[in-house]
Amino acid sequence: MSSNSDNRLREGAEARWRVSYKTQLPDDANRLNRSGIEIKPIYSPDDWDSERYMDDLGFPGEAPWTRGIYPTMHRGRAWSQRQLIGLATPKQYNERMRKIVAAGATALSVIPCNSVYRGYDIDQVDPLLLGTCGTTINTVDDMETCLDGVPIEGMSIALNDPSPFTLLAFLLATAKRRKVSWDQITGTSNQSDFISHFIANHMFYRLNLHGARRVFVDHVSFANEYVPRWNPVSVVGQHMQQAGATPAEAMAFTLSTAIQFADDCTARGMNPDEFLRRFTFFFDISISFFEEVAKMRAGRRIWARVVRERLGATSTEAQRFKFHGQTSGMDLTRQQPLNNIARVTTQAIAGIFGGLQSMHTDSYDEVLSTPTEAAAKIAVATQNILREEAHLSEVIDPLAGSYYVESLTNEMEENIVAVMDIISEAGGMFEAARMGIVQQMIGESAARFQDQIDSGEQTWVGVNRYQEEDEAPITSLKRPDRILIEEHLATLSRFKEERSNDAVAKSLDELTRAAEDEKINIFAKIVDAVEVGATNGEVCGRLRRDLGFGKPLVAA
Amino acid sequence: MIKATVEPIVAPDLNKLLGRPARVMVTKIGLDGHDRGSRLVAGFLRDAGMEVIYTAPWQAIETVLRQALEEDVDVIGISSLATDHLLVPQLMESLRDADMNDVAVVVGGIIPDNEISLLEEAGVAAVFHPGSSRDEIVGRIASLIFERREKVEGRL
Repeated sequence: MSSNSDNRLREGAEARWRVSYKTQLPDDANRLNRSGIEIKPIYSPDDWDSERYMDDLGFPGEAPWTRGIYPTMHRGRAWSQRQLIGLATPKQYNERMRKIVAAGATALSVIPCNSVYRGYDIDQVDPLLLGTCGTTINTVDDMETCLDGVPIEGMSIALNDPSPFTLLAFLLATAKRRKVSWDQITGTSNQSDFISHFIANHMFYRLNLHGARRVFVDHVSFANEYVPRWNPVSVVGQHMQQAGATPAEAMAFTLSTAIQFADDCTARGMNPDEFLRRFTFFFDISISFFEEVAKMRAGRRIWARVVRERLGATSTEAQRFKFHGQTSGMDLTRQQPLNNIARVTTQAIAGIFGGLQSMHTDSYDEVLSTPTEAAAKIAVATQNILREEAHLSEVIDPLAGSYYVESLTNEMEENIVAVMDIISEAGGMFEAARMGIVQQMIGESAARFQDQIDSGEQTWVGVNRYQEEDEAPITSLKRPDRILIEEHLATLSRFKEERSNDAVAKSLDELTRAAEDEKINIFAKIVDAVEVGATNGEVCGRLRRDLGFGKPLVAA
Repeated sequence: MIKATVEPIVAPDLNKLLGRPARVMVTKIGLDGHDRGSRLVAGFLRDAGMEVIYTAPWQAIETVLRQALEEDVDVIGISSLATDHLLVPQLMESLRDADMNDVAVVVGGIIPDNEISLLEEAGVAAVFHPGSSRDEIVGRIASLIFERREKVEGRL
């Protein structure tokens, strides 16, 4: 509490400071951050008054949620390290997986090959493209191979699995084979956000907007009923920020998408207090340090308010804004690539101070190629160092109360809400994306940022300043062994010979029937189909025929 | 303060010099669909006065060839973030087979150092990387167009 005399003292001191500052830096101009907010040289109680403490901050684990979603935050449980691994065949993937589990991992990620993302089996694409970015899982047998010797009960498994969610179907079929009850299966459908795929990550965009929406809601409904510990929804802001959205825009688009998904689930008769517990989010963390921290703090506050006031849920669990963060590859440079370790470290600290629940740190060579193993190890070590040497998990929301951070958090909140209003006026995120409004905003922001780089207004070390001559290239990426890919192709053709093709044909016709009849849960039919041996390519192919192929808007 | 706006770097009379507009196709082959790079580059080229034929991702090589022929492009730009550049040697071979090897091909994106030679040996005219500047990309493509017109039309 400040008394009047304190205020007078402060005003006098501030006036003195202003004169000195102006004298010493007469040409100084305020910079805009990536979201377009003006950054001043100093912040004081004029910008944020600690009398607002309970309104703006409170304590972690309760409204207004700014300080974190759990009372104990990283002190109770540090963020999970969820590194992506991309390895060629299910067999090789399994070898790595076993090592990780033996080392005590409680969380795994499954990243499929680009061909799987596009909805094709390995015998449908050029072998040159196979297994270079992820593993080639086409069948329930492949999933079983991936997870051989890995106890799946209670293991948190993140599947990079766009609609129609064939990987989850493979996982559930694997559980059945092993006689593991589905209520023991936990993890996340990491790539369930088809709207973000339509807008900004076309590789994951398999079915058209309406078809993807239908399968999405069916899959949420199925998970809620039969796989109660599964998180079927991950709303992905990362793709949009990677494509060029500002941090404020990316947060706004993500929250607007989450509102759309919640409205769709409610319209299907699901209970918001139940399904919202299973919503998770996924964000990009750029190097714009304070802006990222403020983005995450503001996002947490806005989401909880939306949940209470707009989506009609009241439970504590439904208001928790659980999110994964990935350090942004867009900030990394090919020039002087070891500098990227410093960039990733800075991004990771922003993520930790922003209160994330799990994190992937990029390898420094990600801008040169698919990450090499040596570089991936440094990325993991970076997290260990920040947690256990620098003790960044020791204090909850340690930047709270900073005049700058609180003022910036409030300004980011205003900025985010303004963009959410634009989306809302357009009829919600589904419509705004369908009409291309979001794509246009992202394109403009990407071009604006590129202009700042090209003009030198924004420094990029090694790119537009501090360049060095004669930089020797350092990466030498190894592509998957052709023999292993050939072997895997043979495994797939054997699988197709040994299964009952009649049963598969029938199960695919069931998909067609479900596509025509909205009363049938189409995801349940996908699970049935993969159990009798339908492949990823067959399921995606049939649904593309019946529900429509996903074509992104093409505009440049 | 450094100026925020960027001046167009190609003379506005590029097309006058050429006699008819410079035409560039910007496309993606293979499986990936990331388009931040291709959209930005398409914008750079348009700002420089070139006509850009911009396509959806996942184009088959035959489709690229057909469109390049129909649209009479000077340069084909392939954008690749995740491995699709490995298909570019097949594209180069098809161009040769179709007697279209006067059309220059440039590739931009995430290309591992040890695979650049694969592209160069296949006849790719330029490889751009993250951090390649607008000036570098536009300038290189403009000079490829001049070279092609000189060869094909025997003038300039």
